Amino acid sequence: MEYIEIIVAGIFVNNILLAQFLGNCPFLGTSKKMETALGMGMAVIFVLVMAGTITWMIYNWLLIPYKLEFLRTIAFILVIASLVQFVEMFLRKSVPALYSGLGIFLPLITTNCAVFGACVLNTDKELTFMPALVTSFAYAVGFALALVLFAGVRERILLARVPKPLQDTSIALVTAGVISLSFYAFRGMV
Amino acid sequence: MIEAVLIMLGIGATCGIVLSVASKVFYVWEDPRISQVEYFMAGANCGGCGYAGCSAAANAVVAGKAAPSVCIVAGPEAALEIAGIMGVDPGTAEPLLSHNECLGGHRAADKYYYDGAQTCAALASLHGGRRVCVVGCLGMGDCIRSCKFDAIHMGPDGYPVVDETKCVGCGACETACPKSILTVRTMSQRLLHFNELDDALAPCQQTCPAEINIPQYIDQIRKGDYAGAVNTIRERNPLLLTCGRVCPHPCESYCRRGLEDEAVSINQLKRFVADWEMNSGQRLPIPCAPDTGKKVAVIGGGPAGVSCAYFLRRLGHTVSIFEAMPRLGGITRYGIPEYRLPDQVLDWEIQGILDLGVEAYTNHILGRDFTIQSLREEGYEAIFLGIGAWKDYALGVPGEDLKGCWKGIEFLSKVAGAPDKKVPVGKRAAVVGGGNSAIDCVRTLLRLGVEEVYIVYRRTRKEMPANEVEIVAAEHEGVKFQFLAAPVRVIGDDNGHVTGLEYLTMELGEPDASGRRRPVPVEGSETVLPVDMLITAIGQQPEIDFLEKEAEKDNLAITRWNTFDNDPELLQTSLPYVFTGGDAATGPSLVVDAIGGGRRAARSIHQYLTGEEIKTSPKSLLKKHIPESLFKTVPGVIKKPRTPMPELPVADRITSMVEVDLVISEKDAVHESHRCLHCCRLCYDPEVPETPPEAQVVAQG
Repeated sequence: MEYIEIIVAGIFVNNILLAQFLGNCPFLGTSKKMETALGMGMAVIFVLVMAGTITWMIYNWLLIPYKLEFLRTIAFILVIASLVQFVEMFLRKSVPALYSGLGIFLPLITTNCAVFGACVLNTDKELTFMPALVTSFAYAVGFALALVLFAGVRERILLARVPKPLQDTSIALVTAGVISLSFYAFRGMV
Repeated sequence: MIEAVLIMLGIGATCGIVLSVASKVFYVWEDPRISQVEYFMAGANCGGCGYAGCSAAANAVVAGKAAPSVCIVAGPEAALEIAGIMGVDPGTAEPLLSHNECLGGHRAADKYYYDGAQTCAALASLHGGRRVCVVGCLGMGDCIRSCKFDAIHMGPDGYPVVDETKCVGCGACETACPKSILTVRTMSQRLLHFNELDDALAPCQQTCPAEINIPQYIDQIRKGDYAGAVNTIRERNPLLLTCGRVCPHPCESYCRRGLEDEAVSINQLKRFVADWEMNSGQRLPIPCAPDTGKKVAVIGGGPAGVSCAYFLRRLGHTVSIFEAMPRLGGITRYGIPEYRLPDQVLDWEIQGILDLGVEAYTNHILGRDFTIQSLREEGYEAIFLGIGAWKDYALGVPGEDLKGCWKGIEFLSKVAGAPDKKVPVGKRAAVVGGGNSAIDCVRTLLRLGVEEVYIVYRRTRKEMPANEVEIVAAEHEGVKFQFLAAPVRVIGDDNGHVTGLEYLTMELGEPDASGRRRPVPVEGSETVLPVDMLITAIGQQPEIDFLEKEAEKDNLAITRWNTFDNDPELLQTSLPYVFTGGDAATGPSLVVDAIGGGRRAARSIHQYLTGEEIKTSPKSLLKKHIPESLFKTVPGVIKKPRTPMPELPVADRITSMVEVDLVISEKDAVHESHRCLHCCRLCYDPEVPETPPEAQVVAQG
C-alpha cells in the first residue's frame, strides 16, 4: 500500500517535470515528435532507477558516516556521469538492440537535471532504501508520461492556427504551463 | 578535510577504474577508420550533411553510404584526407542537388480549404492536402524552413524554386516535404530515373518511349533558353538530331491540345533546338560522373547501343562500342535513307557522344572477330547486346531468288553504304510490304531514277503500319499503291531476271488478333504486275548466327522471333552479365524505343556493376499511363493553327538524296511553343481569350 502511494505521488502529484519543474531542457528539446519522446522517456526510466539506487548507497553508506553531506552535489554529478557512460558501454555490448533504440538519448541524460534532482530529493526526504528506489522509478515514469503527453499535444499544435509571434517554442512553453496547471489538480490527493 | 579529499579521490578513482575496466570488458570493435574520418570532419555536429552529427556521418562514410566529401563545412581538403583514409578517389561522389518536380503550384485547383493549418506537414496529414493533384506542391513552404542554407524560396507560381548555387544537397528539404516535390539527387540518379506512378508527368512524357521531359523543354524554348532545352532532352535522349527527324512522335497522340485542337508539333520543336545546337557551331558541354574504372562492351553501334554507351559513359563507366559495319549509327544510318536523315547530321551527333570518351571499333563482327566470351576475357564486366534486327524475312514464294530481287534492309543498307548513295536499279519496281522500310525503299527507288514504283500490300491504306506522314509523302512523290494484293509467285525470264510479280487480290474479312481485318484471298484473281525489280520489305529479325561460336550459347535464351529473351523492365538476358535492348530485344520498332531501351539497359548494367540488386521500382509505369492524367475534354483551349512541316517541293527533291523535311523557323518555333499548355499530371495553363483593345477601355471606364 505504501509503495502504491509512493508511485501515485511520484507520477502524478509530485511529477518531476510538471510539479517540480526539473528537466525542462529535454522536455522542450525532445518533444517535437512522439518517436523521440518515447525514446527519451525509456532512457530516463532506465538511468534514473540505476542512479537513484547508487546515489542512495553513496550518500547513506559513505557520506553520512563520515559527515561529508556537503560533498553531495559534486559526488552525485560524478557518479551519474560515470554511470551513464557505463550503462552506454554495457548496453552497446550486451543489448545492442536497446542501445541503438535509445540512440543519442542515452548520453544526453548525463546532463539531465531531472535525474540529479530526483536523487537529491530522495536524500533530502531521508527515505530508506526500497522507498527511495520506488520513488526514483515513479519519478522516471512520471517524466516519461509528461514527455509523451506533451509530444502528443505538440504534434496536434502543428494543425492549429497559432499566431506568428507565438509559434514553435513560445506556444510550447504556454502549453507546458497549461499541462502543468492541469497536474495541479492532483495536489492533496496523497 | 582530509577525509573529504580522500572520499572524493576514492569515488573518482572507483569511477575511473570501473569505467576503464568496463571499456575493456564491454569493448565493441569499431572500425578504427571511423575515428580517423571523424577527426577530419568539422566537428560542428551541424547536421548539414543529413546525418545526426559528425560521428554518424563518419560511420556512414566508413560503411560506404556517404561520400568522402559528405562534410559540407570542412571543405575539399578534408574530403581529400578522408578519401585517403578510405582509399578511394575523392571525386567518386557526385554533388547532390535539389530539384523541384512540380510545375503546378497555385494553378492546380484546390479541393479543400484549410482554416489555420500553417505547414505542409499539417495539410498533408489532413486528407492529403488542399490540391486536387495528389502529388503536387502544397505551397506552405516546409522545405524553405528546413533549408539551412537559404537555397530555397517560394516562386511566384506557388511552388518552391531552388537556387542551385547555394544548394549543398543535404536532403533536408526532401525529408521535410510531405509529398515528393523536392528530390535531392545526383546527376547519375536523375539519368537513371524512370517514370513512376507518383511522378508529376504530363501525358506526353508518359507516352514518350524515351521519357523526355517534354513540357520542360518546350517551356525553355518559349523562354528562349535553347541550350537549356537541348540539355533537358539530352537527359533522356542523346540522339535528338536523329529523333527530331525520324521520330513518329507517339507523344503527340496524347497531347492534351490534340483533344480540342491540333496537337502541339513536339517533334518539330525538338528538331528546332537540335539543329540550333548543330548550327551554332559549338557543342554544349555534357557532364559525366567521375570514372568508376568499370569496363562495359556495347555490341552494336545503333541507336540502342549508342544510347546505352552514352548513359553508361555519363555514369562514369568506360565503354567500348563494337560495330560490324564500317560506320556507327546502325539502322539509323543503313536503314533510314539519306533524304530523311543525312549522314552529315548523324556523324555530328555520334561524334558528340564519342567525344565523351567512348571508344568505337568499327568493322568488328561478332562471331568473326570476337565473341562475348573473348570480351569477358578482355576484362569487360558487362556486355550490352544491341545488334538490332537486320535479317529480312523472305516472302516464301517461288522465284524469290531471281536476279533483280532484293530484301528491304539489304537494299537500303547497300544504298546507304555506297559512296554516292547509288546502286543499279531497274525501270519498274515493286516493293512488298506496308511498313516504314517499304516506304523508305519506294522513295529511295524514285530518287535512283526508277520510272514506276509500286507498293504491294495485302491490306488497305488504313492498316498500313508506316507513319502517316511518310505515306503522304510517298503519295505526293508519285508512288503507286497496289492494296489488297498478296504475292504468290515471282516470274522470271530465261536469264533468270525478274519480269513480273504475280499476286492474288484479297478482300478484308473478320478482324484478327491485332484488331485489323484479316485479308482473305479472292479465288481466281491472279494478276501479274510487270516489274524488273522487286524488293521484299515485310519485316526483320535479329541475325543470331554468331551464337554458334559462343561458349555459353545454350544459356542465352532466344525467343521464337530470334530476339534475346529478356525482362522488359530490366533488359537482362538469361546470362546475368549480358543485357540487351533495341530491336534485338523487342523486334523491329521505333528509334526512340531503342533509345529508351538503351537507357533502361544502362540502369541495369550500372546496378550490376555497382553490385546492387538489379531491380526496378514497383511503381514503374513502363509506357503505361496514369489514368487520372488522361482527359476527355480540355476546357480553356483557343484554337491556334499548328505549324506545318516545311518541306522541299516534290520536283526539287525527287531527283536527289537531299533532305526533304526542313527545320521550322525560330518565329514558328516560338509560336508552336506557345501552343503548349505546359501540362503536368492534372493541371495545365488554360488559355485566356485576348481582350480586344476597345473592350479594355470599357472595362477600365
